[in-house]
Amino acid sequence: MTEVIIAGIGQTALNEHWNKSLRQLGSEAIHNAIADAGGLQPQALFVGNMFAPNLSSQAHLGVLLADFAGLRGIEAVTVEAAGASGGAALRQGYLAVQSGMVDVALVVGVEKMTDLIGPQNEAALATTSDSDFEAVQGLTCAGQAALLMRRYMYEYQVPSDGFAGFALTAHAHGAGNPRAFFQKAINAQTYAAAGMVSDPLNLFDMAPDVDGAAALVLTRRSLLPRQFSHPLVAIAGSALATDMLALHDRHDLLHFESVQVSTAKALRQAEISLEQVGFFEYHDSFSIFAALSLEAAGFAARGRGWQMAAENALLLGGRLPCATMGGLKAGGNPGGAAGVVQAVEAAAQLRGSAGPNQLNGIRYGMIQSLGGPASTAATHILKKLD
Amino acid sequence: MEIARHWRLKAQRYGLVGEVCPHCEVKIFPPRDVCPECGGEAKTSFAFSGKGAVYSYSTIYEAPSGFEEMAPYTVALVKLDEGPVVTAQLTDLGEQPIEIGMPVEMVTRKMRNDGDERGVIVYGYKFRPAVIPQTA
Repeated sequence: MTEVIIAGIGQTALNEHWNKSLRQLGSEAIHNAIADAGGLQPQALFVGNMFAPNLSSQAHLGVLLADFAGLRGIEAVTVEAAGASGGAALRQGYLAVQSGMVDVALVVGVEKMTDLIGPQNEAALATTSDSDFEAVQGLTCAGQAALLMRRYMYEYQVPSDGFAGFALTAHAHGAGNPRAFFQKAINAQTYAAAGMVSDPLNLFDMAPDVDGAAALVLTRRSLLPRQFSHPLVAIAGSALATDMLALHDRHDLLHFESVQVSTAKALRQAEISLEQVGFFEYHDSFSIFAALSLEAAGFAARGRGWQMAAENALLLGGRLPCATMGGLKAGGNPGGAAGVVQAVEAAAQLRGSAGPNQLNGIRYGMIQSLGGPASTAATHILKKLD
Repeated sequence: MEIARHWRLKAQRYGLVGEVCPHCEVKIFPPRDVCPECGGEAKTSFAFSGKGAVYSYSTIYEAPSGFEEMAPYTVALVKLDEGPVVTAQLTDLGEQPIEIGMPVEMVTRKMRNDGDERGVIVYGYKFRPAVIPQTA
C-alpha cells in the first residue's frame, strides 16, 4: 500500500486569541506547515471545524482559508464531526493521497471558541448532541460527561478523587509545551479544591475551550522535495467509526464502541498489536472520556481505566505515556482543531522534536479524536520510518 | 425558535409516544422507524407508561441559552419500565436526595423559552419522584 507521509506540520499557540480571526489562525498554521514541508504546494484542502457557522457566523471555511492563505482555486471543503472534526479531516486528507487522486493534501483544523461566551457558547456546544432529545432537555456537553462519570463511579465504586490522575498527568506534560494553554503542573489538592461544573464532574475534569489552528501537509514518499530533512513519519493506520449519537440510545453506556472499532481497524491496517503503541494521544476533553477510551481501546480492563492515571502509568516515563504535550486538558481544547493538533504533536514526538517532553525509542503513536461522547471516533496510527 | 420543529415532536413531548417492533417486540424511544435490535421496519406506535427509574443524573449550573432561568437543574438518564432510556430533567424534587435506582414518573412541564423572540414556550416531558404506586 502507498505510504502517506506527514511532510509538514504547523500550529498556532492554543489560547484565547481575542485579536485573531478564523482566517488568521488558519493561515498561520497553513504557512507554517507548508514551510515545514519544504514548500510543497497542496492541491486539496480539508478543513476540520465544528463551530464556525454557530460561533463566528461563518460557513464555507474551505474557500475562506484557501483564499486567504494564498491557495486560491484549489479543491477545498470543510469536514465536520463535532469534536472529531480534526481527526475526520485528517482521514479525508489521508484517503485523498492514499487513493492517488491527490498528490499533496493539506489538512487544517481551526476553531474560534471564544467569539461567544456563556450561555450562547453552551448552546452551540450542545448542537453536537441529539438536538431533539438531549439538548432540548437542557443537557450540556459537560452534563453528558457527568452522566457517564456518575454511572461509572457508581458501577465501579470509584473514590471521589479517582479521576484526579488525568488532570495531574496532563498538567505535568503541559509544563513542557510552550504552545499549551496551561503550562503549570498541579497537585492533588488543586484537583480536590476545584469548583463543581456538573457534579460529579469538576473544573479539572474538563478541558478549557481555546482558539487555535494546526495544519498538516500529506504526500506520498516519492513526491517529497529533494532536500527534505525531517525524519520520515507515515500514517500507518487510519479508521473512523460511529456509535449511537445520543447517550440514552447506547446499549452499553460505559463502553465506547466507536473507540474499540476504530482502534482495532487502525491497528490491523498498521499491522501492529496494541503493545507496540509507544504513546497514546487520547481525547481528554473530559477525564471520563480518557478513562473510557483507555478501556475500549484495550489498554485497561473495564472499570480500570481511571487506575492507570492514578498509578502514574500515563506519565512520560510510565507504561503508556498519554497526552504527552498536555492533551486537551492542559493544552486546551480547540474544538474541531483538536485532532489535527494531536497529529502535529505526535509527528513531532516521532521526529524527535518534542523538546523537554521528548519520548525515547518510540516507533508508533496512536491519536484519537472523539466527537461527542465517542459518538464518533477517528483513530490514526503514526509510524516513524527507518 | 424553530416552531415547526417542536410541533412535529408533540406526540413524543406530550405523550411519550415511541414505537414497538412488530418483529421482535422491542420498545423504541425516541421513534426511529427501524428496530435497533433486529433491523426490521418498526413503525407501530407505542405509548410508554411514563414510569421508570433513574439510571444516572447530574446538575447543570452553566446552562445554555433558553435554560438560564431554570439553572441549576438536574438532568437524568431515566430507564423506562418498558426498556428504553430517555434523557430528561428531574422536577418536583423538593428536599428529596436523588439516587440511582430511584423510581420516577413522567409529567409535562415547561422545558425552555425562546428568549425575547416571540414568547413561545416549549412544553414536554420531565420526570418527578414517583407518587403513583409502582405496579409490579
